Amino acid sequence: MSLAQPPADNIVAKAFANRSFVIGFAITLAITLMALLSYIWTPYDVTVLPVADRLKTPSAAHWFGTDHFGRDVLSMIMVGARNSIAVAIVAVGIGIALGVPLGCWAAARGGWIDEILMRFNDLVFAFPALLTAIMLTAIFGPDAIIAIIAIGIFNIPVFARVARAGALSLWPREFVLAARASGKGQGLITIEHILPNIASILLVQATIQFALAVLAEASLSYLGLGAQPPMPSWGRMLFEAQTRMMVAPYLAIFPGMAIVLTVLGLNLLGDGLSDVLDPKLRRER
Amino acid sequence: MSLLRIENLSLSIGKLPILKDVDLTIEPGEVMALVGESGSGKSMTALTVMQLLPRGLTARGKVSFNGIDILGATEDQMNALRGDDIGMVFQEPMTALNPVKTIGEQVAEGIRWHTRCGRAEAEDRARRILDRVGLPESKFPLSRFPHELSGGQRQRVVIAIACALKPKLLIADEPTTALDVVLQKQILELLKGLVDEDRMGLLLISHDLGVVADMADRITILRHGEVMESGETARTLSEQLHPYTRQLAQASMHVPARPNTHAASSQAANLLEVEQVVRDYPGRRTSLFKREPPFRAVDGVSFSMKPGQSIALVGRSGCGKSTLARMILALDTPTSGEIRFMGENMVGKDETALRPFRRNMQVVFQDPYGSFNPRHKVERLVSEPLHLLDDKPTPARRREAVAAALNEVGLQPADMDKYPHEFSGGQRQRLSIARAIITRPKLVVADEPVSALDVSIRAQVLDLLADLNQRLGVAYLFITHDLTVARAITDEVMVMHDGKMVEEGRTGDVLDNPQSDAAKALVDAAPDLHRAIRRRLQEQG
Repeated sequence: MSLAQPPADNIVAKAFANRSFVIGFAITLAITLMALLSYIWTPYDVTVLPVADRLKTPSAAHWFGTDHFGRDVLSMIMVGARNSIAVAIVAVGIGIALGVPLGCWAAARGGWIDEILMRFNDLVFAFPALLTAIMLTAIFGPDAIIAIIAIGIFNIPVFARVARAGALSLWPREFVLAARASGKGQGLITIEHILPNIASILLVQATIQFALAVLAEASLSYLGLGAQPPMPSWGRMLFEAQTRMMVAPYLAIFPGMAIVLTVLGLNLLGDGLSDVLDPKLRRER
Repeated sequence: MSLLRIENLSLSIGKLPILKDVDLTIEPGEVMALVGESGSGKSMTALTVMQLLPRGLTARGKVSFNGIDILGATEDQMNALRGDDIGMVFQEPMTALNPVKTIGEQVAEGIRWHTRCGRAEAEDRARRILDRVGLPESKFPLSRFPHELSGGQRQRVVIAIACALKPKLLIADEPTTALDVVLQKQILELLKGLVDEDRMGLLLISHDLGVVADMADRITILRHGEVMESGETARTLSEQLHPYTRQLAQASMHVPARPNTHAASSQAANLLEVEQVVRDYPGRRTSLFKREPPFRAVDGVSFSMKPGQSIALVGRSGCGKSTLARMILALDTPTSGEIRFMGENMVGKDETALRPFRRNMQVVFQDPYGSFNPRHKVERLVSEPLHLLDDKPTPARRREAVAAALNEVGLQPADMDKYPHEFSGGQRQRLSIARAIITRPKLVVADEPVSALDVSIRAQVLDLLADLNQRLGVAYLFITHDLTVARAITDEVMVMHDGKMVEEGRTGDVLDNPQSDAAKALVDAAPDLHRAIRRRLQEQG
């Protein structure tokens, strides 16, 4: 993606003319609305366990069926979306809040500061979110917060690298030299000239990381390292469905579909965004 | 029969016309120059002949090459022509070669494709053509990669590819614009030699009348997609019958009026003193603990400047002139030596201590596209140096200052709410100058400020710079490889070569009577419209 493009005039109109963006945006919006709706209304209450209704196949009353405690799967998926989205937002937020300043700092200073920061980055990068989560769980016990922190830590080096790479290519540019000749310091130049010009690559990276975070949250809660019961989560629904695959396959299919759809939606959104924000790249493709 | 005959060629994108009824012919062994400013349709004409037009363009008219109707030819027929009977040389040797293939492979590729000969034979022929363009086997084996060659050597490879099969027509689109004058001369001589030996037709696209006057037998002048004038080169350029031809010729030799020159002998204290400045760049790392010896970009340079003086720093590309300029601007630190501005040494000072210096020196860069943050509006861009003032102006005062600076450089105060991409190249260079003068600096360092501009725009920008020098007493340090610019606007000239200052003196003296080899080579290679026309007219008697 090329940096330092002039601002496009009708960016919104362009975005909605892009097919991947529209589909991705629609899916993401639908899932977000579903999560929000779950705060005020779900078809059934997920905290009561009407064991009499257990393992009902999908029907008009229970669209996605019920699980082994008789809870409505649709309601659980709706409440689970909350969890997935919240974890992803905070985790990506941690990544951006720490990674971007780190990357920009490394690019601005260069030399041994850059070297130390980036090697430390490599070190963090070497631990997958899963490993960090297991480590933290061993110390603090399982909790949703642990999953957030683990995924967040995993995101820091990703954003640090993207920000640094973008910033490095901008520092030798003449408009940055002119700003330096105007006596602006590294901090001010980073805020005024570097950040606005790398914002688009960061945004695209954020949607990709968001999809990865949803996936990571699902795998952590599948292993029991994420949100704890009674809070429903997509990953644990899959785990619980696993032993009943033969009797009640729909228990695995619907949460699985929810995960796939969310990740797909976010990926399409990211794809569309990168096309819209960088028309040059799109033409070359 | 003409080798290439273009008749009534019109091109358009939708309803927007690009070319209007262009006529042009080239005979075998003839050099035809196609001259015009940017956007005049020169390159589009060339791409039409190659049938390499971008999608969405419709061509009407007739283009026949050697009796073949080009506009009606199929892609297969064109593939057989391209690279065989018609060769093309592009402007940018950095991007015209594939970085992952050796030069031998790239030259042999076309030979193998067109002649269907074996690898060994193709490589043999590639070897011979590379010898011919001045890249002998002993120093440039076929296994070299493009990044191992300099810009001039790469352009030779590009020419070798284009001429490998002895084309009947060679199209060269600004083949020397990216090179310095000495390399330019070598490449032009090479092209001339190929034309003379092989009776090749050459369509030379250029914006530089000096180059054209030297090279071309006939000239076609294009403006806004229309042919303004065409004819025999020396006569067309000396008689200047068409007003646009006269305008172009005058613009390319334009010398702005500067009644008061500031001689070096004046009594004022020196504004800038550079003493024994050295800049080393660390060598490439060869292993974990070893490095190549450092590369000395600037090697013990000393000079001084008076207030209001205008000095040119000239030299070939890579001679260290831009590195020196960046050290004067305190954007880079010398390895050793002193740079005193207004009597005080700047070397080793931190950003806060540099503020009073920065207020008094500003910079104008070459590239009017790259020197602005594309996401900011003009008001913010031009007012950037105001950051250096100790008491920050209020927003209203800031707008006033920007309006005044825009006025100074011939733009409208209303322009301050636009984005830089809404301006043309020349206007952007004016913006760049407005930004440089807004703090009323004593020194402006200008790094090739007009090289990216068309001749008529260049004349206007030179006028503006001269005018500001006269009115505001700004001293200029011009970094340039273009001696016409140096001659037009500077009092003194300094010649750099391989990091060292090899000659300095009054501009007229140095350029008319150079002493050092480096200066002689530069002056000798610089295209000069007057000289070229005179020589051509003499040849014709």
